[in-house]
Amino acid sequence: METALFAILGLVAILAALLTITSPAPVASALYLVVTLFCVAGLYVLLAAPFVAAIQVIVYAGAVIVLILFVIMLLNLKPIEEHIPAGWKAGGIAVAVLILAAAFVSVMSGASSAVVTSQLPSEFGKVGDVGNALFAKYLYAFEVVSVLLLLAVIGAVALIRKQDAEETPDAR
Amino acid sequence: MHVELTHYMLLAAVLFSIGVLGVLTRKNLIVILMSVELMLNSVNLTFVSVARFRGDPMGQVLVFFVLCVAAAEVAVGLAILISIFRHRGTMNSDSVKLLKW
Repeated sequence: METALFAILGLVAILAALLTITSPAPVASALYLVVTLFCVAGLYVLLAAPFVAAIQVIVYAGAVIVLILFVIMLLNLKPIEEHIPAGWKAGGIAVAVLILAAAFVSVMSGASSAVVTSQLPSEFGKVGDVGNALFAKYLYAFEVVSVLLLLAVIGAVALIRKQDAEETPDAR
Repeated sequence: MHVELTHYMLLAAVLFSIGVLGVLTRKNLIVILMSVELMLNSVNLTFVSVARFRGDPMGQVLVFFVLCVAAAEVAVGLAILISIFRHRGTMNSDSVKLLKW
């Protein structure tokens, strides 16, 4: 059962990811990306991480994709003409294949020797377990990340606002 | 056949390479941003699978930090894309080459 689910979710995730980077229309890319993100969330459930899966669906498949779709639709983006030299394309494929090969070799040589526990505590991956680690052991990192999010919000607003004031001074 | 750590790692590696391919072979800036999201997601998958097979919740905590960085990156990245679009009227990465060598 687990194997079948892993195979289906993994295959769909890879297919949707390939369609994400190949489809010419940005809206289609974003929708295929949602499929990939949902499949990865399903894999998180298989990996005893239900809370991370929920966060993945809410934050990634929800907020992030909605933001991207909003920008695509507000700017009325259409497929652009992409003139990519054949050599450049071949180079990109070569780099990607090289990274894939390096990852395969390192995984095959290293992962089998890693410590593997088959017995997990029943609380593993639940909200309480993750929350305890987050608010006790990693509290400082948590606070730093909250500052980062605040800065990102301020930065995004500042980037958008400034040009509004410059371009349309007598609009209001 | 049992699903093991290696299988999850290989799946994550494939997803990461697809993201790299998207960044290198596309000119649409918003698709490039989505490819970066794909790469961040494959890293998260690696973290969660290692956390599962080592019985260590730290991997799942790290996913939250990666997620926060990804959310911040999307917010600022999309703001930059909107200002590029306002100035140049296009999303082609060829139109932004002031800092290119």
